[in-house]
Amino acid sequence: MPDATRPQERLIEIRDLRFSFGGNQIYDGLDVAIPRGKVTAIMGPSGCGKSTLLNFIGGRLRPDRGDVLVNGESVPSLNRGDLFDLRKQMGMMFQSSALLTDLTVFENVAFPLREHTSLPEALIKTLVLSKLQLVGLRGARSLMPSELSGGMTRRVALARAIALDPLLVMYDEPFTGLDPISMGIIVKLIREVNDALEMTSVVVTHDVAEACSIADYVYLLGNKKVVAHGTPEQMRNTESDDARQFMAGLPDGPVAYHYPARDYREDLFLEDLNE
Amino acid sequence: MNRNAVDLWVGLFVVAGIAALTMLALRVGNLSAANTTDTYKVTAKFGNIGGLNVKAPVTMAGVRIGRVSRIEIDREDYSAVVELAVERRYDNLPQDTSAAILTSGLLGAQYVGLEPGGDETYLKEGDRILITQSAVVLEQLIGQMLFSKAQGDG
Amino acid sequence: MNSVSLLGRWAINSVLRLGRAAVFLAVTLIASVKILRRFRLVVQQVFAVGVLTVLIIVVSGLFVGMVLGLQGYNTLVDFGAESSLGLVVALSLTRELGPVLTALLFAGRAGSALTAEIGLMKATEQLAAMEMMAVDPMERVMAPRFLAGFVAMPLLAAMFTAIGIVGGHLIGVGVLGVDSGVYWSAMQEGVDVYDDVLNGAIKSVVFGFVVTWIAVFEGYDAVPTSEGVSRATTRTVVIASLAVLGLDFLLTSLMFTEV
Repeated sequence: MPDATRPQERLIEIRDLRFSFGGNQIYDGLDVAIPRGKVTAIMGPSGCGKSTLLNFIGGRLRPDRGDVLVNGESVPSLNRGDLFDLRKQMGMMFQSSALLTDLTVFENVAFPLREHTSLPEALIKTLVLSKLQLVGLRGARSLMPSELSGGMTRRVALARAIALDPLLVMYDEPFTGLDPISMGIIVKLIREVNDALEMTSVVVTHDVAEACSIADYVYLLGNKKVVAHGTPEQMRNTESDDARQFMAGLPDGPVAYHYPARDYREDLFLEDLNE
Repeated sequence: MNRNAVDLWVGLFVVAGIAALTMLALRVGNLSAANTTDTYKVTAKFGNIGGLNVKAPVTMAGVRIGRVSRIEIDREDYSAVVELAVERRYDNLPQDTSAAILTSGLLGAQYVGLEPGGDETYLKEGDRILITQSAVVLEQLIGQMLFSKAQGDG
Repeated sequence: MNSVSLLGRWAINSVLRLGRAAVFLAVTLIASVKILRRFRLVVQQVFAVGVLTVLIIVVSGLFVGMVLGLQGYNTLVDFGAESSLGLVVALSLTRELGPVLTALLFAGRAGSALTAEIGLMKATEQLAAMEMMAVDPMERVMAPRFLAGFVAMPLLAAMFTAIGIVGGHLIGVGVLGVDSGVYWSAMQEGVDVYDDVLNGAIKSVVFGFVVTWIAVFEGYDAVPTSEGVSRATTRTVVIASLAVLGLDFLLTSLMFTEV
């Protein structure tokens, strides 16, 4: 296994990322290195800013401090044209799939090709059908997004994300809200796409079982920092309290069960609840 | 809807819009008659033009042959100088043509009526019409009538 | 919070919004120049914004013209001036009713649809997805819609006015017995191509610009939830209508007060 600590093996490197939004500090010195050609899961409780991390990799947000390197380029300091060129090397599958509602399945997958290349129509057709074949939806090519089920929508979104054969595919909460069969398909597809097309995958999720079943490496975020990282095996046997609470889904622990409040007994005798 | 149908509808839409604009310009605004014709300008002096406006019609024998193009005051004798733009095809107005400010109907808009004379030479660009008749101002008319009536009684 | 600080907050938010709208307009205009190379995108939007609005414009124009014919005749006949009916109908429509009513209907039909569509694209992350696919939504989504509205509105206003004049003819000549030749000649005598028709067209161009700007901006600026989108849609109709009426007063006082 390639060593993720060697610089040439890292596709993405996030160094000392600090960011606050609307007065809330979201990251306070985050360091993440994502190995090339692997599936890396980014996990953490809801609201810890794990999806936001993808916006930094894609250059949609700029950090207050720190740097984000993708394939050796510093994303925050790129100008618009270079940033757009870099984004052509990235595919992203959104939680809501974000298919363009006025285009058919075929046209959705063809969209990046039509926007960024001037390939002849016959070639576009071949490419789109091959991606749809990969996700098993070649037969659904003339349907509109509104006619698809949730699982199918995600598969189309995946086909679109890999249409340009990018270096990197990012998945934002790919398992949320799917039935077990669809979930199984997506889990299988993420692994297959990564290996067959020699891409690097970043999966943001809070589904521990699914993430551990496909990820080569896991980062656990919490409390504005990286709490723990390692292979799924290392994470399961972790010593860290924070990590163990999340991996095992314990109701109480470093992330407290109770929202901060005053003494219960004292509270019961209060006249005004808003005091 | 497929591409060709969209193109067709948009094409029809644009044609209909331009047709409507053309109708407004030609049939409603009468662009062809009002502004595309070539004109020459003559002036006429009046003691009083009443309520005559720029763009009021200029007629001869009841036919409109031009428009009032400018109205100003002569700096020396304080009379009104009215510039008339007459269509080029009526270039045979005699030099001794007379101009009068008339009213269409009792209270209608005022216009300039031309009455041809008998001269052999014709008016040309920049000439002046010498024989003019001022506007009839209704208040003055009523005043005169009352005055003469009072004199007749006394 | 007391009412004074509420007022203050409202004022600050309004100024911020206005600033965002101005920046948005500048970016849209630049993107509009770039998108002209891909004219098909604009054509598709002209279909959505223009062609689908024709029916309501034609029907409203016809009825407004018919009402003008009826009301104008009833008033004019008292002064024995029913021969001016064509002029009254044509002047009312070219100067005022054509551009203003078209703009109000346009805001209600096309403007609200634009805001809702763009707001939903934002709420469902379609705009974010485009950005991540290295496609600029300002160019791909906003600019074609903006240009389409800008092009469609004057054409719609011209149709409204033309149909309205025909509607006045239908009632005045067909039902009330004004002579057809008199109807048209009074109109041609009194309507000036530059003062009336052109100024009316300028009004419709300005209204098209403003209504589309407001509609597209409200969609882009919408809070990305279903509630936010519905609020933005309402705001489009309200603000665009007020802007049209206010601008109409301003333009009228600039255009028609001389002499």
